Amino acid sequence: MRDIYEHTAGEDLIIKTSVRLLVPFIQLFGLYVIVHGHYSPGGGFQGGVILGASFILLALAFGMKTSQEYMTIKVNTVFTNLGAAIFIGVGVVSALFGGLFLDYAALNILIPLGRIEWHSFGIFLVEVGVGITVMSIMVLLYWNLSSGGALDEGL
Amino acid sequence: MESVVGEIVAKYNYWIYVVLMMIGFYAMIGKRNLVKKLLGMNIFQTSIILFFVSTGVKKGGGIPIVDKYEGLAGTVEAASTVNPLPHVLMLTAIVVGVSVTGVALAVLQRIYREYGTLEEDEILEKTQR
Amino acid sequence: MKNLALLATLLTGALLLYGTKDFPAWGDPQSPASTYLSPHYIEEAVEETHVPNIVTAVLGDYRGYDTMFETVVIYCAGMAVVSVLRRNRDEEE
Repeated sequence: MRDIYEHTAGEDLIIKTSVRLLVPFIQLFGLYVIVHGHYSPGGGFQGGVILGASFILLALAFGMKTSQEYMTIKVNTVFTNLGAAIFIGVGVVSALFGGLFLDYAALNILIPLGRIEWHSFGIFLVEVGVGITVMSIMVLLYWNLSSGGALDEGL
Repeated sequence: MESVVGEIVAKYNYWIYVVLMMIGFYAMIGKRNLVKKLLGMNIFQTSIILFFVSTGVKKGGGIPIVDKYEGLAGTVEAASTVNPLPHVLMLTAIVVGVSVTGVALAVLQRIYREYGTLEEDEILEKTQR
Repeated sequence: MKNLALLATLLTGALLLYGTKDFPAWGDPQSPASTYLSPHYIEEAVEETHVPNIVTAVLGDYRGYDTMFETVVIYCAGMAVVSVLRRNRDEEE
């Protein structure tokens, strides 16, 4: 009677099949929440956490080594820096073109869309950056906290 | 004295936040296990966030997402829309709470690796010996 | 120890409840939180930014600095967790 509980946690056929079917839809929903931050509740932080949760679900069901094939440690490091760099980059570029720091209307000189339309587009760019950073940091926190820093086997 | 107690009882919505805050506060100072103290801090933060968001509520108001054409025409009324400013500030507060919990859990893992226990009095004994 | 903590908790709770005497009533549109700057945000946000969600407009445009430093905070939390839990080679043996 003890044998059925002896297998490694998470490596059950039902769990693996259902997670493999669910993860693309969770990621699509996360991207939807980031992009529709202008018109419905959502935005960068919320969509980033949903995207990060999809990778954590993959790590819980398939084991940590398999999830590190889908998001390698190097890609994770690049994404954390990329998101923060997008945010600060938008600010610095708009200061270089004659406005204040994070003044989106000054970027009108680069791509002429209209000074008020650039506010909306600038908010969108910034939210994408925030979403990428939050996604990678959630995955990094789960990897480090569940394996004690060693990144070899998790919960 | 009667009017003071009457006024406090009439604003009964603030009782919820005070009760939650005191539950978190008691967990932070009255429990011996370090993980329970950390969860008490989390409860405290949650009660503060709820309190701040509730200060912006208006009777019969709608959510702060307006119709685009109504907004462009300038006919949005400030008295029938819920105040959006506490929502914004509390988004930042939630993320800061998550970060603090993450770093605190990492520090707790190091403490366990170093001393072998997570009870406060046993750790104090081991460091003062 | 626990009795002392319980006493301190009850005292603090009583003081906080006494402090709620001055708070505005529930759902008051003239409370100080809703009168100085937020009517300007509610009425002018869509005209100035063409974004119907006022919370995102305030977070991304009017208070963009706070969001930038918030991203830096969560980045630093990730770095702190990695550096606290790192194992050196000689510690493992």
